[in-house]
Amino acid sequence: MTATWLIARRELSAYLRTMGGYVVAAAVLFVNGILFNAFALGADHSRLSTEVLSQFFYLCSGTIMTASVFLSMRLLAEERQMGTMVLLASSPVRERDIVLGKFLSALLFLALMTVAGVFMPLLILVNGKLSVGHVAAGYLGLFLLGSASLAIGILASALARTQLLAAILSGGMVVGMILLYPLGSLTERPLSEVLFSLGIWHKHFPPFQAGIIHLRDVVYYLAVTYFALFLSMRVLEARRWR
Amino acid sequence: MIEVDKLSKYYGERAAIRDLSFSIAKGEVVGFLGLNGAGKTTTLRILGCLLLPTSGSVRLDDLEVTHHPYEIRRRIGFLPDVPPLYPEMTVGSYLAFAARLRRVPNRDTAARVAEAEDKTALRDMHNEIIGELSHGYRQRVGLAQAIVHKPAVLILDEPSSGLDPAQIVEMRNLLNGLRGEHTVLLSSHFLSEISQTCDRLLIIHNGQLVGQGSESELASSMGQSGNTLEAEIGGQSPDLANRLLEISAIRQAKARPTADGTTVFDIVANADVRAEVARLLVGAGCDLLRLERGESRLESIFMNLTQRPPGGAP
Repeated sequence: MTATWLIARRELSAYLRTMGGYVVAAAVLFVNGILFNAFALGADHSRLSTEVLSQFFYLCSGTIMTASVFLSMRLLAEERQMGTMVLLASSPVRERDIVLGKFLSALLFLALMTVAGVFMPLLILVNGKLSVGHVAAGYLGLFLLGSASLAIGILASALARTQLLAAILSGGMVVGMILLYPLGSLTERPLSEVLFSLGIWHKHFPPFQAGIIHLRDVVYYLAVTYFALFLSMRVLEARRWR
Repeated sequence: MIEVDKLSKYYGERAAIRDLSFSIAKGEVVGFLGLNGAGKTTTLRILGCLLLPTSGSVRLDDLEVTHHPYEIRRRIGFLPDVPPLYPEMTVGSYLAFAARLRRVPNRDTAARVAEAEDKTALRDMHNEIIGELSHGYRQRVGLAQAIVHKPAVLILDEPSSGLDPAQIVEMRNLLNGLRGEHTVLLSSHFLSEISQTCDRLLIIHNGQLVGQGSESELASSMGQSGNTLEAEIGGQSPDLANRLLEISAIRQAKARPTADGTTVFDIVANADVRAEVARLLVGAGCDLLRLERGESRLESIFMNLTQRPPGGAP
């Protein structure tokens, strides 16, 4: 078993053995359920199934980014706060193993949590039709958005001294990346194009929401994930110099 | 086994340690002493590959820490002052995790965990949740994680920190039980623990090594070899100090009248002369009120070395 998977397994079991993971999962499912019932299903029965599904993924994108902040805040900051980072740092494992292990565990938990809400789009079948391709594209979008948000959260957790600071920093970074798009609309080209492309939601998520997979959007989310994880590793390596 | 050469670590402009040089032979148990902020933890963290030095070198079995950190970490067991424990895990699963992290093969993990639990008297706690253990047991789990992969070198930073007197004795026995199997570098504030556990001492002050050697070597280098005694008699009889000097093993005897009307003799001797002193004082018709060893020799050495300006000859 590689060190990455060993760390991921321990971390995943920590989510399942402690209240924190369940609280986040329960809160996400509860909020998604309420929002889905109120806005996606709503009182307007004339809407098309695809519009309802699109609305569902739109609502889930907000909760998944919020959940990512709360799931990732503890990953490295808690280890440092509790002094358990010493166990990892004094073992023959690389920073890459630590960061990837933590990331994989949170991503798996986030995926489990997201899949647990699959009954909501299935409810559309009661009065309408469901496109499997649309559902798959929407969930892929959620998975990629969650992955990018988690990676940003891990970077914040690597930088911050406490979990609370990590949550604030991570929330700030995710909101900042959302706001890049509106900020772009206030600027001139070519800067506006750059800002539109860097924004984490407005340009890259709506196609998934509508059931369309663009390679550029997949690449964008993977690139954000890679870049944030890479920086997290560098932050951990730099700590050995301090 | 461990060679430290001109090791320095700066935090910004401030030097935590400066030009530390020492070596530790295989199988030695070495005590690392110093006041708070002297640089002990920084040194131990560099040796544990947790921190990189600003300059100088640390070699373990001819491997340099900055070049072969992963190889060295496999050979080291590290216990920081706060044991690195996951409170939600059971003792057994935590030790298995620590063993796997240190590359113990899957098939050997259970046996290594059982062995570490036996050595640290944790067998009955195998299925207990760490968060529900007492401080003493947590410290033992911390020690168990440091030895679970049978490292050649054990680095223990304040292993008795926060323990009650009974637990300190238990920890000392555990540490003595590790003798012979590991080379141990141990820091502690408990001088008696160091004195009873270690073969050799390294004394650090303001980031510099101010003394190293066995307790006797350090004492003789400071002209403090011998035993110190305090004897208290009723009444004022300072002249008896000269009579005490007639005992051949006594090098120094000073009388000190007290406010209670008694006299205390501070005695330095080359051997344990309590019986001779008692016989002489009682034979001289004095009421012997108290006869006990004076301040510990290690305490005296430590205070002497850590109150000198750094750089002074040990």
